[in-house]
Amino acid sequence: MAANQAGMKRFYAAFGAAAVIGLGVLAYLTTRPQTVSIPANVTVQPSDTSGFRGYLKGSPDAPVEITEFADYQCPFCQTFATLQMPTIEERLINTGRLRWRYRDFPLQQHSFSRLAAHSAACADEQGKYWEQHNRIYEGQAEWAATRDAGPVFRRYAQAGGLDLGRYDACMKAGKYAGRIQASLDEGVQVGVNSTPTLLVGGKLYRGRFDSDAITKLVDSLAPRRAQ
Amino acid sequence: MIYRMSAAFLSLAGLFISGYLYLYKIGRIGSLACGTGGCETVQLSSWSRFAGLEVSLIGVLGYACLLAMSLVSLQPGARQRPIQAIAVAAGIGVVFTLYLTYLELFIIHAICRWCVASGVIIVAIFVAALLDQRRQRRTRVS
Repeated sequence: MAANQAGMKRFYAAFGAAAVIGLGVLAYLTTRPQTVSIPANVTVQPSDTSGFRGYLKGSPDAPVEITEFADYQCPFCQTFATLQMPTIEERLINTGRLRWRYRDFPLQQHSFSRLAAHSAACADEQGKYWEQHNRIYEGQAEWAATRDAGPVFRRYAQAGGLDLGRYDACMKAGKYAGRIQASLDEGVQVGVNSTPTLLVGGKLYRGRFDSDAITKLVDSLAPRRAQ
Repeated sequence: MIYRMSAAFLSLAGLFISGYLYLYKIGRIGSLACGTGGCETVQLSSWSRFAGLEVSLIGVLGYACLLAMSLVSLQPGARQRPIQAIAVAAGIGVVFTLYLTYLELFIIHAICRWCVASGVIIVAIFVAALLDQRRQRRTRVS
């Protein structure tokens, strides 16, 4: 009986220790700081959005425009950006049939989404938005697994030949936090609730897309001219 | 007693794993420690919700119940009922885990290591509950 009681005491001591350690780890994970962070839910000022309606790719005369609401940390957006976009660019954007508008839609559960969007916005300031955009998506598996993605994005900026002094100042100031928030707000307003979501002629398309589906969609909206 | 103690420890581990995944889902943890990146794909897919609830939250609630039942089963004079309840609850958990594993392998095409760990834990709790019952039966017969 005494041996049994001693065994139970040892069990409760070990169980208590395991519970404290587990709770400690979870508490640490939820409170650890990041080197640079971009605030969420900032008040959008008129100057944040003046003249800005997303990042554009393609001819202004293209008959069809697709607006993509995407999140840099979303795996489906990553697959779409790296596997489908090159074909879409080659088939539709470069041939003048489609104009692509990219809007940020950072999801709440992704702590690095705003940082990624802001890093790309700071690259845009130096005329290298799409280079940084592509690097961030291509490297998603690398930075999403880190505890702090800021230094990884900075490395991409350096590899892309950005002026790091300007880049650092832009990131530190959170200069485009309002623009990112405005983009998110606009997405919510038109009914976006997941990523990637495409907005084409006032209609939302959600889920996974491939280049063939996009080509079909563009064909249906603006049939190819007979050669 | 060893099987009931094991069930308690395993339930605690399962509670922390599902809690970790749930904290990630609600944006309280930056990124998941998951080498393959498959955890994110699974957690962000539309199958990460079941009957309107986050699957990770279902895990938290399920493991919390299993933990409570395990601790009750360890109390002096506890009868067979708590361990029988653990066997039934863990059995339901095993079936649910099989369904989730099917989704990962054949629908989402990505494997979440934390989900695999949770799957191993729920099977282990189920086995521990069955072994405890078998031992109790043998004790009664002899």
